[in-house]
Amino acid sequence: MGVEGIGASVVRKEDRRFITGKGRYVDDIKIVGLTHAHFIRSPHAHAKVKSIDISAAKDMPGVVGVLTGQQIVDDKVGNLICGWAITSKDGTGMKMGAWPAMAPETVRFVGQAVAVVIAETKNQAKDAAEAVVVNYEELPAAADIRAAIKQGAPQLHPEAPGNVIYDWTIGEEAATEAAFKAAANVVSLDITNNRLVPNAMEPRAAIGEYNEAEEHFTLYTTSQNPHVARLVLSAFYNIAPEHKLRVVAPDVGGGFGSKIFIYPEEMVALWASKKVGRPVKWTGDRTEAFLTDAHGRDHLTNAELALDANNKITGLRVKTYANLGAYMSLFSSSVPTYLYATLLSGQYNIPNIFAEVISVYTNTTPVDAYRGAGRPEASFVVERLLETAARQLKVDPAELRRKNFITQFPHQTPVIMAYDVGDFGASLDSAMKAIDYAGFPARKAKAKSEGKLRGIGLSCYIEACGIAPSKAVGSLGAGVGLWESAEVRVNPVGTIEVLTGSHSHGQGHETTFCQLIAERLGVPISQVQIVHGDTDKVQFGMGTYGSRSAAVGLTAILKAMEKVEAKAKKIAAHALEASESDIVIENGEFKVTGTDKSIALPMVALAAYTAHNLPDGMEPGLKEGAFYDPTNFTFPAGAYICELEVDAATGKTSFVNFVAADDFGRLINPMIVEGQVHGGLAQGIGQALLEGAAYDSSGQLLTASFMDYAMPRADDLPSFKLNHTTTLCPGNPLGVKGCGEAGAIGASAAVINAITDAIGNNKIEMPATPDRVWHAIHG
Amino acid sequence: MSTIKLTVNGKAVSADVEDRTLLVHLLRENLNLTGTHVGCDTSQCGACVVHIDGRAVKSCTVLAGQAAGSNVTTIEGISKGDELHPMQAAFRDNHGLQCGYCTPGMIMSSIDIVNRHGGKLDEETVRQELEGNICRCTGYHNIVKAVLDAAGRMKVSQAAE
Ligand code: FES
Ligand code: FES
Repeated sequence: MGVEGIGASVVRKEDRRFITGKGRYVDDIKIVGLTHAHFIRSPHAHAKVKSIDISAAKDMPGVVGVLTGQQIVDDKVGNLICGWAITSKDGTGMKMGAWPAMAPETVRFVGQAVAVVIAETKNQAKDAAEAVVVNYEELPAAADIRAAIKQGAPQLHPEAPGNVIYDWTIGEEAATEAAFKAAANVVSLDITNNRLVPNAMEPRAAIGEYNEAEEHFTLYTTSQNPHVARLVLSAFYNIAPEHKLRVVAPDVGGGFGSKIFIYPEEMVALWASKKVGRPVKWTGDRTEAFLTDAHGRDHLTNAELALDANNKITGLRVKTYANLGAYMSLFSSSVPTYLYATLLSGQYNIPNIFAEVISVYTNTTPVDAYRGAGRPEASFVVERLLETAARQLKVDPAELRRKNFITQFPHQTPVIMAYDVGDFGASLDSAMKAIDYAGFPARKAKAKSEGKLRGIGLSCYIEACGIAPSKAVGSLGAGVGLWESAEVRVNPVGTIEVLTGSHSHGQGHETTFCQLIAERLGVPISQVQIVHGDTDKVQFGMGTYGSRSAAVGLTAILKAMEKVEAKAKKIAAHALEASESDIVIENGEFKVTGTDKSIALPMVALAAYTAHNLPDGMEPGLKEGAFYDPTNFTFPAGAYICELEVDAATGKTSFVNFVAADDFGRLINPMIVEGQVHGGLAQGIGQALLEGAAYDSSGQLLTASFMDYAMPRADDLPSFKLNHTTTLCPGNPLGVKGCGEAGAIGASAAVINAITDAIGNNKIEMPATPDRVWHAIHG
Repeated sequence: MSTIKLTVNGKAVSADVEDRTLLVHLLRENLNLTGTHVGCDTSQCGACVVHIDGRAVKSCTVLAGQAAGSNVTTIEGISKGDELHPMQAAFRDNHGLQCGYCTPGMIMSSIDIVNRHGGKLDEETVRQELEGNICRCTGYHNIVKAVLDAAGRMKVSQAAE
């Protein structure tokens, strides 16, 4: 490892612009002639749109246009799509209701747009929006899963009788049933996985720009995957063909999944720019983010674990209802199925698993992937069950886990996944040592003597990242391939540009991707520029989510690099009159082994471009591209342990210690990896203690601002103790697994297991607010 | 409409704005100082923090008119040429930022925290003082480290001055 190569905690290249206020986010962009959009949104969770009167608004000062849902339908802009087809257990396809970008007839959640005002200034657009009169006929609403599935519930979509989108199963039902019949012990748990609002700090924004002469559109947008946005906007929404549409995702202020999807507002900004003949900017405010960014989680689950007389797990049975909100968002169908139930084996040898997932419509904001996407829900089910089993059986929770760990790899679970490698015992050991697990009973006793309730909670998570082998996901219903592409360009002066289809919105790719080049060529990272986030510059890419950028995106860069190196070696060998096989690359030089003959990279690059003296038949230039399709998922795993104290008088929880031991395979930049874990842990702890989107029974979102929705703040969280254990991923040449979601996947169960241990009552739901904890203690 | 005159980052500026204009919008829209961000509409997130007459203030809670005549410093105004403010350097060196969106507000708040507490800062105080700044990316771990690190650096650089 060089000072800037793989494994070095290199300080980030991108930081300078962010710490000096020179970042360039969508809302920072100004274009000549820019106009501003303000959406008119439904105040009702379910209603018919009887009429929209724009007559007063359209003549207000500064108004450039008022556009409605009917116009977008008349212009044949396509309905929003869900890109993953799920088949129900009876063989029927999922029941997808129509989702137009602005509602012409029926609104199905509070905040759904029905019209848009476009004006010279934002304030003028807002003022005119006040003058648009929408006449609604209110309909009864189903605001949560239970309300949506009960007899006589309001029907959201004619396509989905009973509001059921699909009823899907995985695993062997009969064998699992038999395992439960034969079990010595059965543990059962009802679990609510609370609904979360992603809340990236930068609200979503979009600028649509239409060039009439070229019939060409540009969309600046807060996207984690600009190429996917372009594909969807072209192929499904018919706004512009791909070669006439450029999508730019510049600096993006966090995503966590919520910026994967192509939302109505982006579609409308683009479509409207042609309609009004001016560039159109929309920047969401925080309330709009709460109302319209896809939410996360929201499951109701019953889970049961069967164990034999030796405390070996023999079966797992799970039934989950998943709330997908009022419409099926882009990847919503896959989250509670293939991203959830396939991880239900956890780190354990479970011979029989059967899961049923019923996804339903409700009159709420659409629900889709949020950091972890299905895997936190799975991990929570498994780890709460394991902890509950240990307490029920009166055995040590660490020992029960260890007894059931998978220790042989590869391991085929009963739910599709084939784990390639891991050492679960090693991460558990590491975490137990870091927290002094053995000393806990004494600490608990001491705390008790001081009137404090102290608890410890474990969570041994596993996740599937590196999304994903295209063929595999295709066979499971995915509408896209999940490879990644890259291009490496060596310029005539020897500087290097790396074009990637991955997108960085906080992950630090501009640094870590350079580190790979530094590692391979021995050049300083200042010589390398990462180019991403612009469909005009980068040919294609699938973007960043599912912790895929290192395992898939960086591997694509490596593949392109290998081609560049091979050609460069040929050029060097030719120049040095040596055999190609004798050329090695060191510190930016191509050397002939065993001699002092060498040629520097800039000279090789210059030779490639002057083409005065290249080997016979070689094309000029030094630029190569590659597509990389992974062969398997990667399986990051680890052990988290939380030690905390509960104040019985107030129900308030305070952290004593939180340790993490993760196995992410090879680390490219440990500092950045740890930052990813910190952020994930904060979101997992936020889910456990603070966050929860709440609707009233009429479908009004009660938590639609930072005053009402408890975001984790600095004084809610501890400093974390992180450790790493390493098994290299055999599925990619770098041995990396992915680290972006682990914290959010593993943390919440550790916290809840610790609280339930502290208070001696296993019944507590997330978020475990002081109020809930107090009631759990005092009844 | 009113004409607002104030000093921003050491320069006298004036802007014609509607009376309802917030300081943050004057900075971003009229003066093109887009380093100051907007992360909420309820004055909760702190993405918009600037210094008015040396004190950290959420610029989304101040009407542009209220800032007339005052001395405003934004994230763009704290480095000396190429030389970063010690707080900026500490955020970079401690990986106290990821997406960078909360960062300008965090840095401006943190400078004020160190100014008010001098060298007597500890982790708990930093965490409490940062209560008005939300970061969704970092889990605050490295932000807290950065502020404590910068507190030391600022003491040194003040001593040197
Ligand atoms: S924008 Fe000022 S506090 Fe959020
Ligand atoms: S770095 Fe992204 S919100 Fe703080």
